[in-house]
Amino acid sequence: MPAGAGVATSGYPSLDEVRGSPGYPSRERMAKGAVAVIECVQEIPCNPCEAACPRGAVKVGQPITNLPALDGEKCIGCGLCLARCPGLAIFLLDMTYSDTEAALSFPHEYLPLPEPGATVTAVDRAGQPVCRAKVLKVANPARNDRTPVITIAIPKEFAESVRGIARKSGGGDVGR
Amino acid sequence: MKTYDVVVIGAGPAGLAASIEAARRGCGVLLVDSNLKPGGQLIKQIHKFFGSREHRAGTRGIDIARDLYREALDAGVTVWLDTSVYGIFAGNVLAYARGLLEMKPSGGAVKADRVVLATGASENAVNFPGWTLPGVMGAGAAQTMINVERVLPGKRVLMIGSGNVGLIVSYQLMQAGADVVALVEGLPRVGGYGVHSAKISRAGVPILTAHTVSRAFGDTAVEGAEIVRVDPSWKPVAGTEQRLDIDTICIATGLRPYAKLAMLAGCRMVHSPILGGWVPFHDRSLQTSVPGIFVAGDAGGVEEASTAMEEGRLAGVSAAASLGKVSAAEARAQREEVEARLASLRMGPFGKPRHDAKEALHKAGECA
Repeated sequence: MPAGAGVATSGYPSLDEVRGSPGYPSRERMAKGAVAVIECVQEIPCNPCEAACPRGAVKVGQPITNLPALDGEKCIGCGLCLARCPGLAIFLLDMTYSDTEAALSFPHEYLPLPEPGATVTAVDRAGQPVCRAKVLKVANPARNDRTPVITIAIPKEFAESVRGIARKSGGGDVGR
Repeated sequence: MKTYDVVVIGAGPAGLAASIEAARRGCGVLLVDSNLKPGGQLIKQIHKFFGSREHRAGTRGIDIARDLYREALDAGVTVWLDTSVYGIFAGNVLAYARGLLEMKPSGGAVKADRVVLATGASENAVNFPGWTLPGVMGAGAAQTMINVERVLPGKRVLMIGSGNVGLIVSYQLMQAGADVVALVEGLPRVGGYGVHSAKISRAGVPILTAHTVSRAFGDTAVEGAEIVRVDPSWKPVAGTEQRLDIDTICIATGLRPYAKLAMLAGCRMVHSPILGGWVPFHDRSLQTSVPGIFVAGDAGGVEEASTAMEEGRLAGVSAAASLGKVSAAEARAQREEVEARLASLRMGPFGKPRHDAKEALHKAGECA
């Protein structure tokens, strides 16, 4: 399957698909600091992200199948929505983490959890290795209801491609 | 013979919700289920649910099962677990067997003024050379093993089918420690939600559309599988065979309504491919063609747990209203509330076909 074919054929959304969705922040907003990145590109009946945001920065409205829309001006990058999305489709991206690195947070429901400070393999939407990453934080407060959120530092150039870290082992050896 | 106002058969999301609503309106309710634990499929659904707050979105299925069971007991519902209803006779006399799982068999019959069939669905199988080998199982069976019994069925899994069941069970098999080597889907498109397929893609699972399993290898258990690309008419494309080193094959090729009791009761059946096959005809109040027998959840058309809960509520309200426990006007208002929530779940590219199929089903009754 060619990369970027789209979520309905490849199983994962292409960069064009997520950039074209109303939950994806603008480049200008990304440059200003931590912001939610909502990669929800199909009209499914679901809206917990809307209630999760204390600032009203995420809107689904009626009908409930609307795609979530992010108001980048209202989003302060708190990350509360990450563990509330049943689809694990929200990320937090901070392009101002350092001169060369971005910080990316994502839900990660696999054991064992990595240790803060550990070096891990960052993967893209297709699960393919992209680069090495440093684990900055592993958060699993009660309000996350057993959805840990991991924050990693990655080179800025990979900020829009990395979306997780490799499981301790995995598939991925079958030709696409 | 003991008589109940309402007997609900099946303690999954639909049956629990129906019991709660009927009991809260003053009905004497008996809820029976053949399993040892209440909750139906909810007891293995460790993922967070979709929908809105009213549908308990963001809550894990296992927690919804616990909450609904508590609500049912609080509402005064009598619950008989390890109880199978195997016969339904004139006048809504239900024959049952109890204690089969706990090896303390007993049996008898109860009479029900109203019956709610909430018996769920069963998994479809696919046949291929080697499909009877140990290690080939339904995805639902694998999910029961990992999430209820805490047994890993295998270490390297091939998943067949890209509906939400195949996608979610793939994810949960990895959470349980297995590797999902590939997921194959005969159609050219992924069937389930993109957020589910994106989760397992990120974890490195190749999702191979327009592919199917052609055979399983092994003498006494699965030791491998061959997959092959298929053309739009499902014919294997020669030269595209790949052999996979796997020890488990999970089949997630859809569900069909489990509605044998409706057939026994003489309910008129309607065939609906979108809803999974033969379903008992039911009107908007979810009453079947046999007066006093209602159907809710997957037994009346395969959908999902959120719609099953709403249908259960609808059936509970309808059953109570037909017994005069609430006024017609109250019942109408309460039904409209539930119907609005059901409608919201049956929108969008995934929900619309089910909405249309349900509408066609209701119309089939009006013409009859």
